[in-house]
Formats: sequence, C-alpha cells, structure tokens
Amino acid sequence: MTDHDDDCEAMTPSRRAVLGAAGALFAWSFVPKFAYAQAGSRDPRFLLVVLRGALDGLSAVPPIGDPDYAGLREDIALAKDGPDAALPLDGFFYLHPAMPNLARLYASGHASVVHAAATGYRERSHFDGQDVLESGQNGPGQTGSGWLNRLIASLPPGETVARRGVLGVGVVPPLVVRGPAPILGWAPPRMARAGSDLMTRLGDLYGQRDSGLARALAQAVETEAIAQRRGMGGEARGGQGPDTAEGMKRIAEGAAGLVGADDGPRIAALAFEGWDTHANEGGARGRLAQLLGGLDGALATFEQGLKPVWKDTVVMVVTEFGRTAKVNGTVGTDHGTGTVAFLVGGAVKGGRIIADWPGLKAEQLYEKRDLKPTTDIRAVAKGVVSELFGLSGPVLAERVFPGTEGLGPMQGLVG
Amino acid sequence: MASDPRAGSIGLQRFGLGYRAGQPDDLRIHARDVLLAEVAAGPPPQPQPLTYSGAAEIGAALYAFEDAEKIAREARRVAGQAASGTQVAMASPNQNQMSQPATRAPNEPALPYRTFRDEAKARIDLALLPDGGFDERLVQFWSNHFCIAATKSNMTRIMVGAYEREAIRPHVFGRFADMLVAAESHPAMLEFLDNRLSIGPGSSAGKRRGRGLNENLAREILELHTLGVSGGYAEADVTNLARIITGWTVVGREALLGFPGSFAFNAGLHEPGAHQLLGRSYEQPGKAQGLAALSDLAHHPATARFIAFKLARHFVADVPPPGLVDLLAQIFRRTEGDLAAVSRALIESDEAWGAEQTKMRSPQEFLIASFRALGRKPDFGQIVGPLTAMGQMLWQPSGPNGYPDGNESWATPEGIKTRIDVAAGWGRQAAGSVPDPRQLVEQVLGPLASPETRQAVARAESKPQALALLLMSPEFQRR
Repeated sequence: MTDHDDDCEAMTPSRRAVLGAAGALFAWSFVPKFAYAQAGSRDPRFLLVVLRGALDGLSAVPPIGDPDYAGLREDIALAKDGPDAALPLDGFFYLHPAMPNLARLYASGHASVVHAAATGYRERSHFDGQDVLESGQNGPGQTGSGWLNRLIASLPPGETVARRGVLGVGVVPPLVVRGPAPILGWAPPRMARAGSDLMTRLGDLYGQRDSGLARALAQAVETEAIAQRRGMGGEARGGQGPDTAEGMKRIAEGAAGLVGADDGPRIAALAFEGWDTHANEGGARGRLAQLLGGLDGALATFEQGLKPVWKDTVVMVVTEFGRTAKVNGTVGTDHGTGTVAFLVGGAVKGGRIIADWPGLKAEQLYEKRDLKPTTDIRAVAKGVVSELFGLSGPVLAERVFPGTEGLGPMQGLVG
Repeated sequence: MASDPRAGSIGLQRFGLGYRAGQPDDLRIHARDVLLAEVAAGPPPQPQPLTYSGAAEIGAALYAFEDAEKIAREARRVAGQAASGTQVAMASPNQNQMSQPATRAPNEPALPYRTFRDEAKARIDLALLPDGGFDERLVQFWSNHFCIAATKSNMTRIMVGAYEREAIRPHVFGRFADMLVAAESHPAMLEFLDNRLSIGPGSSAGKRRGRGLNENLAREILELHTLGVSGGYAEADVTNLARIITGWTVVGREALLGFPGSFAFNAGLHEPGAHQLLGRSYEQPGKAQGLAALSDLAHHPATARFIAFKLARHFVADVPPPGLVDLLAQIFRRTEGDLAAVSRALIESDEAWGAEQTKMRSPQEFLIASFRALGRKPDFGQIVGPLTAMGQMLWQPSGPNGYPDGNESWATPEGIKTRIDVAAGWGRQAAGSVPDPRQLVEQVLGPLASPETRQAVARAESKPQALALLLMSPEFQRR
C-alpha cells in the first residue's frame, strides 16, 4: 500500500479540491483502502469496442413499436414477426435478428442497450467523430491522447489496473488508448515470429539510439510474454480483416486471452470496421446483418474467453454517430447523429433499455433527418468506469472527459 | 546544387525511395538535383506490362466475368438439384462452355483478384527502378489523398490500379484541378463512394423510381479531397454538391452511354436547376455544373492550405514547420495549383531539406526501401503478406481518409514487433545474395550510420540477423 501513500503525498491541489464534492464516488485519493475494498471486491475488466463507420442504431435495435419506424425505413425495415423476425427486447425495441447471443445475454441480465445516444459531436465527419469519441474531448482536433489512456493515468500508480496498462488491439492502436500511460499492443499474428535474440539486440540498439522505438519495443515484448504464458501460440495465419465475422472473432479471442490473464491488462480497446452503409444496407439479411452477426459472435467470444472473470467484466460497444432516420436514395443510410451503444458482461446490471426516446416524426428528428440524441455516451462511459474503477465524478470530468462537469456519471449501470 | 552528403542521405530517404543496391556514393552529394530533375522530367512513368490499358477495357472484362460467374452459379445450382451429394462439385465445371472465364486453373484467383495482383506487382516493380523516386513518392501521396479501397467491390478491386494510372499519375506534376476532376469522375471513385447510384429526386429517373441522393462522394470531396473538415462548408453545401454531381456515373453492361465501365454523365439522373455551393449559385446545365464547382473548390484558399499542410506533414514532420506550410500554400495559390511548382518548392526549401530525421517510414516505404537496399524483387506474396501484416496493403485503406500519416500510427508496439518479424524474414531471404552486411551498412546508410548500428551489425550472430538489424536500425526506419 506504500504506493498509495506516496501518491497521497503527491496529490495536486486540484485533486485535493475534489474530495469534498458531494457524492464523489469512490474517491480513491481520499480513502484508498476503503475505495478498493468497495470497488475492489472485484478485479474489473473493461473492453471498449469501437465500430468504425457509424452503426445504424435504428437497424441494430429497431424501435418497431414506434409508429413512424416502418415508413422511414421502407425496404430495410425490420418486422416483429414473419421470417427473419427481429428479436423482442421490451415490446417497443427489438434486436436485429443477426444478434441472438446479445438477445440471450440481455434476457439473462448481462446486457443493456443505450438508445438515442451520441457524443457531444454534432457534425457528420467520420474521422472527426471518431476522434471525439476516442479522445474524450469536447471537439475534434485534440488527438494527443485517448480517454482510456488518461483513465489509467488517473489511477493510483502501482495499483493493478494502472500497472497493467491499456491494451490497444491492432497494428495501429486506436486513438482511445494512446497517450503517456503504458500501452500494450497485440494483433492477430500474420508473420512468422522473429527470434527473441534479435528482439534483445534491437532493444539494446534502440536503448542507445532511439528512445521512442525502445519504449515501443519494450511494451511489445511485455505483451508477447503474457500471450505466451496464456498459450496463445504465435501461429501466423492470413485470415480476414476486422470487417468480417471471422476477423472480429480472431480479434475478440486475442483480446479476451490477454485481458483474461492474471498478469494481463485490465482495460482494452479494439475496433471493428465496415459500418458505413450508404448503399444496399440490407434489412434482416444483407451487408449490415453480416456485420452485426460478426459483432454478436465477438460478444459470445468475449463471454467464453473471459469466463472466469466474466462477472467482473463490462464490454462497451460504441460508434462515432448514427445514420439518417430515413432510408436514402440508394437503399442505405447517410451520416446521422443518434445511435445505440451496448453494455455487455457479467458486471452489467442488464436486461434494460436505457433511453429517453425522442420519437421519429419529422419535427422530433435532429435537423429533421437524424435520430435525436437524448443520452450522452460520455455520461454512460463515466458511469461505467466510475463504478468499475472507483474514479470520482470530478476526476472524470477534469481528466478523462475534460469539460464535462455538467454531465454526471450515469448511475446504476454496473451491478 | 551540390550539398552536404549527410543532408543528401536524409533527403533521399525523406523525398525518395531510399538507396538502391549499386548506386554510386556521390548520389548523396547530388541528391537535390536528382530529385529536382524528376520534377522537370514531367509525369512519372507508367507501370508495365499490364493486361488492360484502362478502366474502359476493364469494365467490359468485369461485366463479362460477372455474367459468366452468374451462369456458372446457376449451372451449379441446377447440377446440385439433379445430381446428389458428392457428385456436385465435380460436375459443375463442365456444365456449360459459356462459363469459361469463371472456371480456372486451381490456385488461379478470379479475374478481379488476378488483375489487382498484376497491378500491385507492377506498381512495386516500378518503384525499384528510379535513382531518387520523388515522383513515385508523390504518386503514393496523391493516391492516398484521393484513395479508393479495393475491398469495396469487384469493380474497385479490378480498377484500383487503373485508377491510379489514369487519375493520379498523369497529374502529379500537372494541375491540382485536373487531378481533382480526373479522380472524382473516374468510375472507380464513383463506385467507391456510391455516386454512380445517386439520383436527383427531381430528375426524370428520380420521379419515376422514387429514389434519391447519396451524399457520400460529395461529403468526402469537401472534407477529404479539397477544403478539409474545417474548410468552412455547411451541411447544406454537402447536400447541394451531391445534387450538383448527380448524373456522374458509370456506364452499365448495356453500354447505353458509352463503353461499359467507363465514366458517363447521365442527364436522366441529374437534379435539374441551379444549386448553391459556398454562397455561389451554379446554374450551368448538366456536367458543366459539376466541373465548375470542382474548379472553384480546387482554387479555394482552404484547399491550398489543406494540401500544403498534408504535403509538409507527409514529407517533413508530423508537426510540420509553419513557415513551410505557409510557403507551399502561397505557391499553390499563386500558381493556381501547379503541382510541379509546389513539389519543386518542397525540395528547394531548406526548412524541409534540413529538418531532423524523425518520421517513421510507412510500411510501404519500408518495403520498397528494403527491397531496393537488398537488390531484390518481391513476388506478389512477398508484397501482400508483409504489407497486410504491417497495416498498409496497397490500395486497401479502411476508409476514404486513406492510411494514417504519423508516428503515432506506425511507431507502435505492435507495429514495431511486426516490422521486426518482417525484417527477420527478409534477412533470411536475402542472406545468400547480398555482400557482407558490414559493407552494406556503409552503402545503404552512408554518413547516417551510427557507431552503435555499425557495431550491432558487425556483432550479429548470422548474416540474416545482421541484415534484419540494418533494416530495423533507427537510421533506416526514420527519414
């Protein structure tokens, strides 16, 4: 516990100032032992899945009970009965038929759906939208670090979660994990592995000549060691990319393998691609259905791969924004605003739809075209990580999602 | 313009493709002149030899291929109903002589993949040749700026090489406005960003079919190809530009408006009337409306600034010197987008030439530089395997914003680990054909070689390991 004590000594005035805030949740810097006895009856795991390209929330979780839904969606509308019927959630919202595992997890209380959600970003550029989602900043253009990295950096040094670093899956790690705190990297192996002797020699060379490369290599070596202990053989395979069901499954297997390890990272981020369905999106079957099936398979893979720690796990699935409420000229949907997010895992207080439904009539839509966002994804994220990791609302508002003092962590998401 | 050999060595890596086995040492002294001579020489050479001259020929072949596939599928289905169980797979190839293009030798990929393979191989082969390679590096830069992804469909896969040859290469030292029009009107782009399907709701087809706009291409023209995301356009500009370029489409297999698979303006899809863009009204009829809009976008000050920034970031530093960005933007504006003038200014700028060696080579640059240094020529498998693993296969970015362009994307733990695996493989492959690695360090890195790298190579346990250490040395990785 000396690490904690040291850190208390080093507390900054601004951090000290938050301690008096009413309702400060698990303010570790005040009573670390107590906080970790509370939050710490579990050894939490958090995985963030970013769907790049803007998921059509109205197809993933169709509000079939809304009288305006079918008219807006025309050929791609889903139905509550007949062949390929959508899966019932609460009688108003349904789940896309390609997601039976998520439906099962929802029914067993291990999954919640957040609907009509968005970040604070209100333009429609994928790339800026993803930057805002992952940087955790109020607007685009501030891509120096990601919010998961700052989350780790805000934990007491030496504490398990902070010490294990954050895992970014992919050869190019997602922005959300980048920053000063330790990053681990992993991607499905495609090449035969180089010998460890070569790695050691390069480590020496970089140590003398290039600190940036030295740091990257050291972190790679560390992750490799965990993967080996977990029996994740470095067997190289070609395989499909992160926009296919097979690719999503491989990525999920790898992430689960590392995050499930005793000495592995507790926090990870990964990205699935291909959600930009401008044309021929499909309804119960078709392009989006295949992607949703891939995501559903990945969720089942997490459940399987993380079985021993599933009760302490939250998987959060998010996307940069939604798509137009009305189908476009090419049987797809263009860039929109409000969409869905998913919370999945044994630690989720599940079986619930979290939504303040805005309706789908023209005047209820955002700018008369998009599902109006009524829930801020950052409030959801703050709620989950405050309960999992014991960070207080003020710390989250100051460091992790700067400028969100007015947006409290949503309570009661984690059970 | 003879120069300091150390600066020349960095210049050849920063603006060119890297040392090629057998090049004379005094190239480093004349590096700047060599690169400038490539600008003066005009459009970069075209890759050779290829089966199809361009998109129009490819379009016809693609449609024929798809028709034959359909017939073969139908034949298999019928055979499947008639025969039982295990006989089906054996029986299908002989069902119909018309299905010839769809039945192929085992291990021979289907036409779109075969064409993609040949185009990719020819593109890499070409990069092994030049003395400097500034022209080829600019092709890569512009191809990524106006990127399309082969993975979208058969049509983008089969046409992506031709797209670069037709829309990018001829204009690398020409006018930006011409490259812009060539890119946005190329069938591969119209397919990639869905404009071939976009229909003006008020056009004759729109009224008849009740279908409408797809704003995908219009948005990316503004956000990614010209003004940039903070270039000062509004949501209405996106929709109006989408209206302006309705009718820019691809000729179908019926060949009603030209060669199948080529560009056509289809007036029956075009949204009639004048449309506003950035406060200006475009009243031209038909295709001229889109051309006028693209011309104004190409000459917009925000475009000059956006392009200048991207060029400086790509070649010089992740955070480029502001003075250099200003200079390039000024020249872009003054010359109305003369890309030869802008490229020349980049090489002639001392700020660009003398900057520290900080940027990581991208995976594609790393592959080309390695094969040039080792004096080897990769086959397709040696291209696709490493580039896919390192996250930058040719022409397959995950979105229309192209591959990333900064150290935060390439100097990552997993990225470095993968590069080491790749370099170890290349070291094994080349060990039999290259000279003493200690000599190779001097040839490839020249004055850039650090004592530590020299020593690491000299002490390597084997020749393959020595070569891998050279390729992974900081001096080779950064430019």
